[in-house]
Amino acid sequence: MDGSDYSWAAKAGDVFHSYYEIPFYHLIVELALVLFIIKILMSKSTGSPGDETPLTEKEMQKLIAEWTPEPLVPAGAADTEPPVPVITSKVGKYVTVNGKECLNLATMNFLGMIGKEEIEDAAVASVQKYGVGSCGPRGFYGTIDVHLLLEEKLAKYMECEEAIIYSYGFATVASAIPAYSKRGDIIFCDKEVCYAIQKGILASRSTVFYYNHNDLDHLVELLEKQAVEDRKNPKKARVTNRFLVTEGLFVNTGQITNLPRLIELKQKYKFRIFLDESYSFGVLGECGRGLTEYYNVDRRNVDMIVGSMEFSLGSVGGFACGSSFVIRHQRLAGQGYVFSASLPPLHASMVIKAMDYFDKDLFSKLINNCKIAHEALEAIDTITVTADPLSPMKHIRLIENNSEEALREICNLARDNNLAITVASYTSTEIFKKEPSIRLTVNTELTEEEICSSVKLIEEVIHQYTSPSQDISEDS
Amino acid sequence: MPPEERSSEAFDETEEVFANNLDSTTNGHLPVNEKVFEPEVEYDETFEDPPFLSIMSAYLCLFLLVMFGHIRDLLRSWGFDKTMDTSEFGNKGFVPLYNDFEAFYTRNVYQRVLHYWCHPLAGVPGANIEIWDRKFGSFNENIRLQDTKRNYLNIGSYNYLGFAENNGRCSEETIKEIRSRLGTTTASPRSELGTLKIHEELENLIAGFLGKDACLVFGMGFATNSMNIAALVDDGCLLISDELNHASLILGARLSGAKIKVFRHNNMKHLEKILKTSIVEGQPRTRRPWKKILIVVEGIYSMEGTSCNLPKIVELKKKYKAYLYVDEAHSVGAMGKTGRGICEHYGVDPADIDILMGTFSKSFGAAGGYIASNKDIVAHLRKESHAQVYSSAMSPPVARQILASTEAIMGVDGSGEGQRRIRQLKENTRFFRTELQKRGYILYGELDSPVVPLLICSIARLCAFAKTSLANGLAPVVVGFPATPILGARARFCLSASHTREQLQWLIDLMERCEPVLGLKLSSRHKQKANS
Ligand SMILES: Cc1ncc(COP(=O)(O)O)c(C=O)c1O
Repeated sequence: MDGSDYSWAAKAGDVFHSYYEIPFYHLIVELALVLFIIKILMSKSTGSPGDETPLTEKEMQKLIAEWTPEPLVPAGAADTEPPVPVITSKVGKYVTVNGKECLNLATMNFLGMIGKEEIEDAAVASVQKYGVGSCGPRGFYGTIDVHLLLEEKLAKYMECEEAIIYSYGFATVASAIPAYSKRGDIIFCDKEVCYAIQKGILASRSTVFYYNHNDLDHLVELLEKQAVEDRKNPKKARVTNRFLVTEGLFVNTGQITNLPRLIELKQKYKFRIFLDESYSFGVLGECGRGLTEYYNVDRRNVDMIVGSMEFSLGSVGGFACGSSFVIRHQRLAGQGYVFSASLPPLHASMVIKAMDYFDKDLFSKLINNCKIAHEALEAIDTITVTADPLSPMKHIRLIENNSEEALREICNLARDNNLAITVASYTSTEIFKKEPSIRLTVNTELTEEEICSSVKLIEEVIHQYTSPSQDISEDS
Repeated sequence: MPPEERSSEAFDETEEVFANNLDSTTNGHLPVNEKVFEPEVEYDETFEDPPFLSIMSAYLCLFLLVMFGHIRDLLRSWGFDKTMDTSEFGNKGFVPLYNDFEAFYTRNVYQRVLHYWCHPLAGVPGANIEIWDRKFGSFNENIRLQDTKRNYLNIGSYNYLGFAENNGRCSEETIKEIRSRLGTTTASPRSELGTLKIHEELENLIAGFLGKDACLVFGMGFATNSMNIAALVDDGCLLISDELNHASLILGARLSGAKIKVFRHNNMKHLEKILKTSIVEGQPRTRRPWKKILIVVEGIYSMEGTSCNLPKIVELKKKYKAYLYVDEAHSVGAMGKTGRGICEHYGVDPADIDILMGTFSKSFGAAGGYIASNKDIVAHLRKESHAQVYSSAMSPPVARQILASTEAIMGVDGSGEGQRRIRQLKENTRFFRTELQKRGYILYGELDSPVVPLLICSIARLCAFAKTSLANGLAPVVVGFPATPILGARARFCLSASHTREQLQWLIDLMERCEPVLGLKLSSRHKQKANS
């Protein structure tokens, strides 16, 4: 007992003693350090930078009085508003724009679902049964039986385990990406992806690498660069998820992604693939299943396919499908799914009906029309056509003096001649600036003659626009 | 070309009076005492913490859940437990897709009780609903719909004015729209070839209804917030947000690139402090003055039932030259003498609020959202808003439902039905709130708010409540962590004009009957009052 007590006291004494042994300068340095830390802490709590004395109330009031904010939006926006064409009819094969009945080559009604009487009947029956709104998110009494039916039908059609539907096309991919990709994760993405993907990536706060449009060699370059980084920091690499996000058929260029090569790269570099098929679902592939069918690859290699119900299906909303393991997560983590009212049941009923029309002839008709239009457009020598021959969306640009005003004027001229076409619209906040273009859209309702005569008309109005003086001389 | 000229020149049909008998020049503005509302109430709100014992039991319950979760996960990793298989096709050697606490919580807590949510409805989400029965496999996997259904009293849908209906004028009009007017959808964004006549008509009507100059409608309420804030503020701007703002507002703020500061829920002192120090200090690091400051609040908070202290916020906004964005998702239609929302409720001039946002998925029984503001802001958004430029326009049947229900609310359809419903909702709300409060339940929010959260505190009790209610034919919304704070598990009742007094009385009686088992009367204030 005594012994141990003694050793206690001796130890304390040693500690005390050791303070005497420390050189004096050491103490001074430590003291300075402590003071410095206190100073940092103090300056943080008062929040005034550099200056020790805090501002007086009067000085603050003066600063507040002096501060003049910018206007919320630039003044005078209302005066420079460009006129938007207004529609007064159904938007089917024909459409009445500003009072003029036009053949419609502008809206993305690829399969002509809009205006089909049976689909309208389905919508009406749905209103009579369920009303219009669902009055709640899916979790809280906003799930209607038609939602479940539709999800099942989509999953079955796409031969996937599970599908999930959103109430808005844009919100689908924009919610799906941040559900998986978090801060610190890495996303590889094509430069020309649609705006919804760009927003989804921004919302995820992940690191993003954009590769040149459809340039998979550039992608490999970026992947290799990342692999070098990973080798330097394997600990971080082990918890960093990698995703590749791209579109099947690019709305901004009409090009098709080389999916088989991506899948090859996927196994090598271990990233997951999210494929946005908003514009290729119901368009590419023998049965309209999109890119995976078009290339005949195992659909399970693509971790998630996102589609839209707004174009080929002629309704509203979007869907994502894939394995249950992946998709189910969105039912709690997909923001646009969890925190928003569910799809109005009438739109779900319309899709269910529209899917009954899916058949091989319809898709081959569409592809055929796309090819006809492509060929006809390529023959015009005053424009360039950007699109794959199989794409129903063709971007047309003037070879000389291409500008948005010029294209708008051409659209107006075409409208005067009973043809509705439109300039592809973009906001000023696109990450990579877009060259203005007319986005011509082909659908199954058009006959060969109609396509050819429309293209001819476009050629004429372009001519009329670029050399108006000649018209006058011809007349005289 | 000024816009007024444009619309009349473009085609002469706008010259006509709209279907609602308002001609386009009056814009449906409020009559006589233009815009300025009489305040209905002063700002008032109550909050009460649960008693200590409840707090302890809530923590204990959570602790047990997490512990069992870990045991399950351990058994899974050893291959004894085959539930919630977490394997993925292909993808060998990939970084696991989910590895955070969220996934753990979903797998081990949410999965056990998931049958209290996502009930499949067999019809209109009105006051009475039919729900399909479901069968659950082990660990709630393999959910199968049965072909039997049962009736419930619906106190969960956001059907404030009871416009979720499949008969009556609204649905008749909607059907007419589909059949013989503008059809079903457009497949084109507004800025291309998706602007229909009905959109202009609707925007005019809503602007007039709210007492604003102009309005813009969108296909989804969530997207209205998440996609428009970025067009208003950006880098170098400050966005001050209430801590309980809806996910869509938070996302919109994040996407905008502005600096975000958060003030404590409805705490005006804190808001003022942030405003003051922010202006004085300027931007972080560069110390340049802020370009602009935007305050973002909600009219009624959907999980708390509280309303923002609008008069005070407007005062602060003016004092500090900030802009104000009010999300009226739950308050438009449901608050105010004539359903014009939180402004009318507090007697605030709508002109004092720069941006009035709201959704059509609640009181109007439709879908979508709107932004009402001055002409410049709306014109700017028309050009720059992502929802206008990249996503499909609002569909005609939905737009027609909104038009018809707004006309009813405004009384221009001549039936007086709208006004009756607004009164009924208010009566229901006051009756229900006072009855529950009298009985000693802890409710959140103010007297007139139709969102009535009942504090339950622990998750176990929450599930017990859900189970008993469903067994007795009541369909309530129950929410717990992570949607609420850990101790904030609550049931939420959304009152509707379509509830009758008998139904509400039945509900109260039901709760009274179940009280000995559930023990939901947590209010200690009430007990003190009763004793004294
Ligand atoms: C405050 C708030 N804003 C926006 C939304 C989203 O609206 P919607 O359901 O129409 O997408 C909600 C809906 O839950 C909400 O509560």
